[in-house]
Amino acid sequence: MNPVRRVAAFLFDFIVGDDPLMFSVVCVGLAATGIVAALGVASWWLLPMSVLVALVVSVLRVRSRAETAE
Amino acid sequence: MNRDALLFVAVFLACAVEGVEAVTIVLATGLTRGWRSTWIGVASALATLAVIVALLGPALTALPIGVLRLVVGGLLLVFGLQWLRKAILRAAGLKARHDEAALFADEVRAAQVAGRAAEGLDPYGFAVSFKGVLLEGLEVAFIVVTFGSNQHNVPLAVLAAGAAIVLVVIAGALARAPLSRVPENTLKFAVGVLLTAFGTFWAVEGAGAHWPAGDGAIVALILVYLLTSLLLVAVGRPRTVAVSV
Repeated sequence: MNPVRRVAAFLFDFIVGDDPLMFSVVCVGLAATGIVAALGVASWWLLPMSVLVALVVSVLRVRSRAETAE
Repeated sequence: MNRDALLFVAVFLACAVEGVEAVTIVLATGLTRGWRSTWIGVASALATLAVIVALLGPALTALPIGVLRLVVGGLLLVFGLQWLRKAILRAAGLKARHDEAALFADEVRAAQVAGRAAEGLDPYGFAVSFKGVLLEGLEVAFIVVTFGSNQHNVPLAVLAAGAAIVLVVIAGALARAPLSRVPENTLKFAVGVLLTAFGTFWAVEGAGAHWPAGDGAIVALILVYLLTSLLLVAVGRPRTVAVSV
């Protein structure tokens, strides 16, 4: 692997990690928070809600895979 | 507990965890390959990390506070969430627990079979200790810079990191063995909750929204994330139990 690819892989692992879906849900939640706040509506709850949904879905997906593998 | 105290606790715990992992690598390399090259590797990695913190710290604090909180808060959030997810999976038995004694044994085995230079610097000892300290230290540097710059208190974050590293190094030097009695998985769980809570708090502020309870929202976030995580550990355990015969 060339050095550029190695750095890109390191950064991907550092920021996105093992579950790109969890990362995506958090990014969408953050963007939605900014958009709704710009419209003048209270949006502080959107990001924590996205984090909780992302975490629950991610853990349950791993559990489901583990049960299927057994 | 005010924000500075929470910052100190979060950075201290995160750095202690990373420090334990780095000490395992350094001890295994030093005891197997000799200390001269190992120490040169450690010193080189620390110098590199110091340059990174010295460059990134002031650069980040020069950003407008809104941009800083959005970018750095967002990064801290996704980073903390990874820690928390892994800690939940380990606690629920869905992922192997971090075992310093096993890691130490693996490092020693690899160091014993690697070839030796005839004289001078041992490239293997240097490379392994440099890489180990640099990679574990990058996470420490990231946490120090993000917490410090967001809170406009980089010196406090550096102090917390320094205290944790000194404590872990003293413990490692006294034990001359992997610090396997440190409850690393529990610490990672706590750090994951703290990083995720602080990251959420700052990212929301950076996105232009306002917390109804001000700083009190950090404590509320910590409690909500902690309770949800504990619940996930309970419900995350696979329903079929493996029976050992």
